[in-house]
Amino acid sequence: MGNPMKIRAAVKDGVTEVKILMQHNMETGLRKEADGKLVPAWYITDVTAQHQGRTVLEAQLGISISKNPYLVFGFKGGAAGEKITVSWVDNTGDKRSDVAEITA
Amino acid sequence: MNSEMNLERRKVLKVGGGVGLLALFASIGLVSPAMAEVDRKAFSAKSMDEALSAMGVIIPEKTDAIKLSVPEIAENGAVVPVSVETTLAKVEQISFFVDKNPNVLAAHFYLPAGTEGMITTRVKMGQTANVIALVKADGKFYKASREVKVTAGGCGG
Amino acid sequence: MNTSNVKKIILVLALATSYAAVAGEVSDSDKIAQYREMISDGNPADFDEMRGEELWKTASGPKNATLQQCDLGKGAGVVKGAYAELPRYFKDTQKVQDLESRLLTCMTTLQGIPEEEITARPFSSDTKQSDISSLATYVVGQSKNVKMNVLVKNPKEKEAYEIGKRMFSYRAGPYDFACSTCHATSHVRIRMQDLPNFFDKKDAQSAYTSWPAYRVSQGLTRSFQWRLNDCYRQQRFPEPKFASEATIALTMFLAVSANGADYAGPGLKR
Repeated sequence: MGNPMKIRAAVKDGVTEVKILMQHNMETGLRKEADGKLVPAWYITDVTAQHQGRTVLEAQLGISISKNPYLVFGFKGGAAGEKITVSWVDNTGDKRSDVAEITA
Repeated sequence: MNSEMNLERRKVLKVGGGVGLLALFASIGLVSPAMAEVDRKAFSAKSMDEALSAMGVIIPEKTDAIKLSVPEIAENGAVVPVSVETTLAKVEQISFFVDKNPNVLAAHFYLPAGTEGMITTRVKMGQTANVIALVKADGKFYKASREVKVTAGGCGG
Repeated sequence: MNTSNVKKIILVLALATSYAAVAGEVSDSDKIAQYREMISDGNPADFDEMRGEELWKTASGPKNATLQQCDLGKGAGVVKGAYAELPRYFKDTQKVQDLESRLLTCMTTLQGIPEEEITARPFSSDTKQSDISSLATYVVGQSKNVKMNVLVKNPKEKEAYEIGKRMFSYRAGPYDFACSTCHATSHVRIRMQDLPNFFDKKDAQSAYTSWPAYRVSQGLTRSFQWRLNDCYRQQRFPEPKFASEATIALTMFLAVSANGADYAGPGLKR
């Protein structure tokens, strides 16, 4: 199981802004160790964000996304106390899901 | 369709080997064509042309309605902040590309109805290159592009 | 970064572009400042802070104790604001200690962990994180927005400050380098970035209060001791011993030069 994410969600003027910071190495598979061996590719391929069970964002990521990926998006609606669930899957099949509460 | 099902579906796809199952899901209405994921092939594309054709994009139109924010200079290519905000209506998808990276497509986002036409993320850049944002809105593709000067590449050790 | 920040950046970009059209060009320093502003939110050092907090509160070592009774100078267990007053003199050890040397004291005395075991991994690497480094990240995070107030009162504190000040300008090594070779003049550069001048109050404050920091080029959170060691490496000096009197003294001089500013770390850097 992957390491915990940091999710912040705040509602303002009818729009909930969600900021997600994920812990992941995001290895490209193109980088070589000092001994010349390739470090195997290891990166998040899919991210999904849900608000109270409804999908509000879906993402597919590639190897060009930075280590410890950061995403910001917003959606209409959302109220303080409601839940945002973010899930990711990586290319090795590892996955992680975290929940955050929307703040005002 | 909820996302757990989506994650499940992708897992199934990995195991089941793909396109056939996706087509099956689509045929029984589990995957709407609009929501169908970009073929993973687009992520291995080595050029913009290759990536756009893998994504089924013909010629994206240029527009002033997309604001692409990138730094003019990135102190380190390992983290280059990229941000898109658009006033276009009915935004369905937003994708980011780095035209000189080994694989040009960096990320692809689906925005269900109600999600704002705004995405911020961070990409790696091996060298000075163009960051391109592709927006699909109301069935049409639009793009914006900006150069980022990279003082230290972010793909090496 | 929130929507308003995004808008601010877009505005800055727009202004920068129009300014460029009128004046010819925007300075590289301004462009770098813009980059730093754009990456300032969403700091992966948060994860190191979380890890450090967990370590602080988890019983471990031969004595199976937590660090919650560790006295960082403001009384046993007080973490809030402690870093903004370090280094300082500690009666129990009769020494001036910086954060890392004080953590070492707490880990050895409260938890009974042998010093060699802790100092064997003073810094994080790609494959293995350093406990003492994560603990330091946690502690500094608890001084965010607290005004730097490092006192030079006790004779030992005065001595450490004077030694640190001299060390800062001490030229040696194969290149005849000192810290001051790079950090005592305004607007000098090695690469693209202006180097902080520690004799300029503002420079010293912004440099000191932004460490420890997550280095995007390394994908790791780096401690202040690591930063000093990196300076010594670039000067081609031998690597300082972890938590040595020398680096504590140098830290004392640098911390005092930042007094009056709000501590702003952990930072996020190139």
